[in-house]
Amino acid sequence: MTGVAIVGAAECDLGNTGKSTLTLQTQAVTRALADAGLTLADVDGLATTGVSRFSTTQLAEYLGQQPRWVDSTFVGGSAAEMMVARATQAIDAGQASTVVISFASNQRSARSRSLGGIVEEHTPEAQFEAPYGPLYPLSYYAMAAQQYFHRYGGTREKLAEIAVAAREWALLNPAAFRYGAGPLTVDDVLAAPMVSSPLTVADCCLVTDGGGAVVLTTLDRARDLRHPPVRVLGYGERSTNTSMTAVEDLTVTGARESGREAFARAGITPADVDVLEVYDSFTITAALSIEALGFCGPGEVLDFIQDGRIRPGGELALDTSGGGLSYCHPGQYGVLLLVEAVRQLRGEAGARQVPDARVAVAHGTGGILSTHATVVLGVR
Amino acid sequence: MHVPPPDDVTAGWWDATREHRYTLQTCGSCGHVQHPPRALCTACSSMVDLGLVEASGHGVVDTFTEVHRAPVPGAAVPYTIARIRLAEGPFVLSTLDGQDWRIGDPVRVGWLDLDDGRALPVFHR
Repeated sequence: MTGVAIVGAAECDLGNTGKSTLTLQTQAVTRALADAGLTLADVDGLATTGVSRFSTTQLAEYLGQQPRWVDSTFVGGSAAEMMVARATQAIDAGQASTVVISFASNQRSARSRSLGGIVEEHTPEAQFEAPYGPLYPLSYYAMAAQQYFHRYGGTREKLAEIAVAAREWALLNPAAFRYGAGPLTVDDVLAAPMVSSPLTVADCCLVTDGGGAVVLTTLDRARDLRHPPVRVLGYGERSTNTSMTAVEDLTVTGARESGREAFARAGITPADVDVLEVYDSFTITAALSIEALGFCGPGEVLDFIQDGRIRPGGELALDTSGGGLSYCHPGQYGVLLLVEAVRQLRGEAGARQVPDARVAVAHGTGGILSTHATVVLGVR
Repeated sequence: MHVPPPDDVTAGWWDATREHRYTLQTCGSCGHVQHPPRALCTACSSMVDLGLVEASGHGVVDTFTEVHRAPVPGAAVPYTIARIRLAEGPFVLSTLDGQDWRIGDPVRVGWLDLDDGRALPVFHR
């Protein structure tokens, strides 16, 4: 337990916006503050990435701010979850009172995403991995899926359920990129163009503009604000690798230790979780995270997710916005996991609302299963 | 094919490839074998006893993927990328020729000569 709560949460415009990253960032920050009933004048801490090399000062100056505290932990898709931990500690320590964590990108409008990723010339990977032409990050996730199938007898059909269920949730979320696109079937996923076997286009997240922000402050202050406080109950993280050749076993991720630490801090077990928001950059990412977080045993996740268990109305409410697969994926999607978790805990999720949601987990994954960060949130 | 120039730590490893010698960095203090070469031993942190030792060039396929979309314009697809577990322990990345690969298949090193005299190790059946 901590003495910190999330008091505001919002998305910026999503989809294909034609707007700049800083415009989208501004939307995310100001909308999250408005949601909290606060203004920029109340903010003294700022955490963000993906704006430029000096992301926090870039955004702070753009917003006319000189923050007491900043964080620009650059670890890909788990950054926002790690920032919740750091912001919580900063607020508990009195180094900041009100922190905004934000991310936004215009990667669809700007056509800035490439299949090969970005390889920096001075890194070992540039000499020892990039010459072979792996898709980055996709080929690594594909190799993890291949290893998982081999080890446990899994199939593409069973893994496709992650994408099928995500679409079912997206059909309930008017903000989702695939809202109105109709259901996705297992056959659709299998028949989609192969990108890096065994993963097809339909196993891969969207490429869209978008982003969001959350506002954190002390629990004392949170009690005077508009919404019931969403308490930060626990957090944990693990960083495991940067290259494709460092990790011994691709089927077990750092989510295991990250989750264990976060759950212990919060005093909960997976059985206490009402809503689970995990980063679904690829179907296999979500599957490995569910398993590593302890919602099922080793080797069990592909059976565990069948029979509607993770679809709307199922036993485990997973990626209730529609996820990166069918809702929105601007890169570094972690902040939108937090936004959706907050909405579910406040009972604001409309047609996709999970009844009586009291405990939500947001779990981000960055890089090539490189960084893992878990946040446990709760309302009384 | 673009392979960046070596740095101070990797130069010896790349020099060996000019003679098609496959080497692995080995710690003289604790015997740990690691790849890529580094300025310290990740097992015992020694920075002084690191040397390059002739390796077997043998390994097995740990996992693989067939790439169907080119990461750069003009690259011929599909092609297979694999993680190879070397007999000495470390993992390396490689392309694999042909199809019908399975996890656990044995492989051995071959060479793709680069324009600058170095050679890129590529594993095959």
